[in-house]
Amino acid sequence: MPFLQSFCQWLENTAVGQFISGSTWAFPTIETVHVLVLVIVVGSIAIVDLRLLGVASNNRPVSQLSNDVLPITWTAFVLALITGGLLFSSKATHYLGNWPFRFKMALLALAGLNMLLFHFLTYRGVSGWDDQRVTPRAARLAGFLSLAFWTGVIVFGRWIGFTVR
Amino acid sequence: MLEQVAKFCDWLSLTPVSQTIQNVEWIIPMVQSVHIIAIAIVMSSVLMVDLRLMGLVGQSQPISGLARRFVPWVWWSLVALLLTGSVLIAAEPRRDLLNPVFQAKMALLLVAILVTAFFQETVRRNMAFWDQSPSRRASAWLTAVASLTVWIAIVGCGRWIAYVEHG
Repeated sequence: MPFLQSFCQWLENTAVGQFISGSTWAFPTIETVHVLVLVIVVGSIAIVDLRLLGVASNNRPVSQLSNDVLPITWTAFVLALITGGLLFSSKATHYLGNWPFRFKMALLALAGLNMLLFHFLTYRGVSGWDDQRVTPRAARLAGFLSLAFWTGVIVFGRWIGFTVR
Repeated sequence: MLEQVAKFCDWLSLTPVSQTIQNVEWIIPMVQSVHIIAIAIVMSSVLMVDLRLMGLVGQSQPISGLARRFVPWVWWSLVALLLTGSVLIAAEPRRDLLNPVFQAKMALLLVAILVTAFFQETVRRNMAFWDQSPSRRASAWLTAVASLTVWIAIVGCGRWIAYVEHG
């Protein structure tokens, strides 16, 4: 994909990309924030997933739990996106060609798709099963897939650090 | 003391267990991934409880309910963290045990465990403990800020172990 390639070359050469790759402290500092917010993204999503699967928080209505948790998830996700983008800009072409990075992006896309399908199809009928421990099969499937995709995001995300140098 | 720790590190890194972890390429990334997943459970659980203590999230639920839901997950995840952490130490003992950032992380971990146990114990003895008076609510806020600060510092130290020069 020549467009992506030239975009990444441009990104690496921006002032931001140059600064992060040239500094000794910038990358680890941004990475620390990235880790902090990404664990909150995944952990908070897991709280909702475990409710959908009937494993935990079963005494709480699904909608109430989601309303409590998802603002935290979204705030952390925006910060993860920004810090991730900054880390990416320091070595964009290296990341682009890195297979764990590509798998991570694919899994992020799948997690997003899973969330959209759940939100716009299954969750529309939530009033019918809000306080029930056993949620509809589609909701349980969404919870299971979400846990699987996000686990994969973490595994491949960690793997990037061992393969990009 | 430091010399003995250094000797222990050198002994440990030559054991078959350590050698295996060092030589099998996928073990460290996999164990680190499990470590991060356990951190995700701890941090999100702590965040839910602490934001509620600060009066920011989940007001529809009593603090005792949140404590019952989330604190056990913190303890079980800590067990997973100690196990996976031990594997990572066994792989590169000098990188961790002699590293001031690692030592700071362990000291902070002790504080975090004490704060969490204190919080759990107050709720176990009296479910309404934190809601009883305005001054209690101020202490709740302080406890939450202390807990969040310490846990965030632990995660920060964890990441910086890899970047700090040491023995």
